[in-house]
Amino acid sequence: MSTALTVASVAELFPNGISHYTVGGLLVGLGVVVIYLGTAIPAGASTFLESTLSYASNLSRFQQYRPSRDWRVVFTLGIVLGAAIYAVTFQSGLVSSGLHQQATTGELREVGGLTIWLTEVQPWRLFLGGVLIGIGTRLGKGCTSGHGVCGVGSASRASFVGVATFLLVAIGVAQLVQALGVNL
Amino acid sequence: MAEHDQHPLFLPLVFVGGLIFGFGLGFSHMAQPEVVLNFLQFDDLGLLFVMFGAAVVTGITFFGIRQFRTTAPLTGATYGRRLKTLDRNVVLGGGIFGVGWGLSGICPGAAYASLGVGNVVILYGIAGMFVGAYLQGYWRSARAGSESPATAAD
Repeated sequence: MSTALTVASVAELFPNGISHYTVGGLLVGLGVVVIYLGTAIPAGASTFLESTLSYASNLSRFQQYRPSRDWRVVFTLGIVLGAAIYAVTFQSGLVSSGLHQQATTGELREVGGLTIWLTEVQPWRLFLGGVLIGIGTRLGKGCTSGHGVCGVGSASRASFVGVATFLLVAIGVAQLVQALGVNL
Repeated sequence: MAEHDQHPLFLPLVFVGGLIFGFGLGFSHMAQPEVVLNFLQFDDLGLLFVMFGAAVVTGITFFGIRQFRTTAPLTGATYGRRLKTLDRNVVLGGGIFGVGWGLSGICPGAAYASLGVGNVVILYGIAGMFVGAYLQGYWRSARAGSESPATAAD
């Protein structure tokens, strides 16, 4: 009886199962590992923002990333294209698997035989959130991939503190936004 | 083009790593801001498996590889951990990032991947990230008193 209740409440925390989350997470780690094994570089996603600005701005803050800016552009193009391969295969139904789950949020739209996914989060939230993310990840020395995946994987104290900070603050803000009714 | 001698497989390898990384973000639905917001609002905790899954894979590799090799084949660089100095900026920056993440449900890597799954609306978020990165770079370069143009020759 109590076991059944526990199972039921655990299932409630994972209404979409965990298989696609786990497989996706392992692949995210594998992508980092492939680059790391070949180059010894623990690649994060947010430095791209500053290193790419070095093509357009002479500010010393951006110019310091000049040596890595080319490969960071290539890394980001790879991320966009890798997600596009997912969109063409699983998202569009060309390939299917029991481990995959079709999107249950946002809007799936058919465009010329492909299925694209569109968010319903308001553009002002994406833009304002983006500005804060641009400031915060660069000031804070990392984002979800730099601190969260590479830093935690390195058992770095700064990254544990960074992840705990942005995770707790984000939970607070997301709950506040929901309580204020600024929702989807 | 490159400013230092680069192994011919360096950029192709980075590209392949990016492909796997981006595919994983698409497959895991982390490229959907709604899924991240559902996680932060405790409606679906599945994202824990994305973060832990990825960190376990990198953790095992980062520590394991050093038992077999000390330097990477394509760069000759020494395998090390990703360590940053823990100071006030980690907490302050992490806090500002947290506000943005909680408001929008996006983060840099997931935003790039979101563009890949067809979510063109995410360009608002990516544009915002560049604006924010520029603002902090401008403030910090000014504060460091080093706004003079870089002298590196093209």
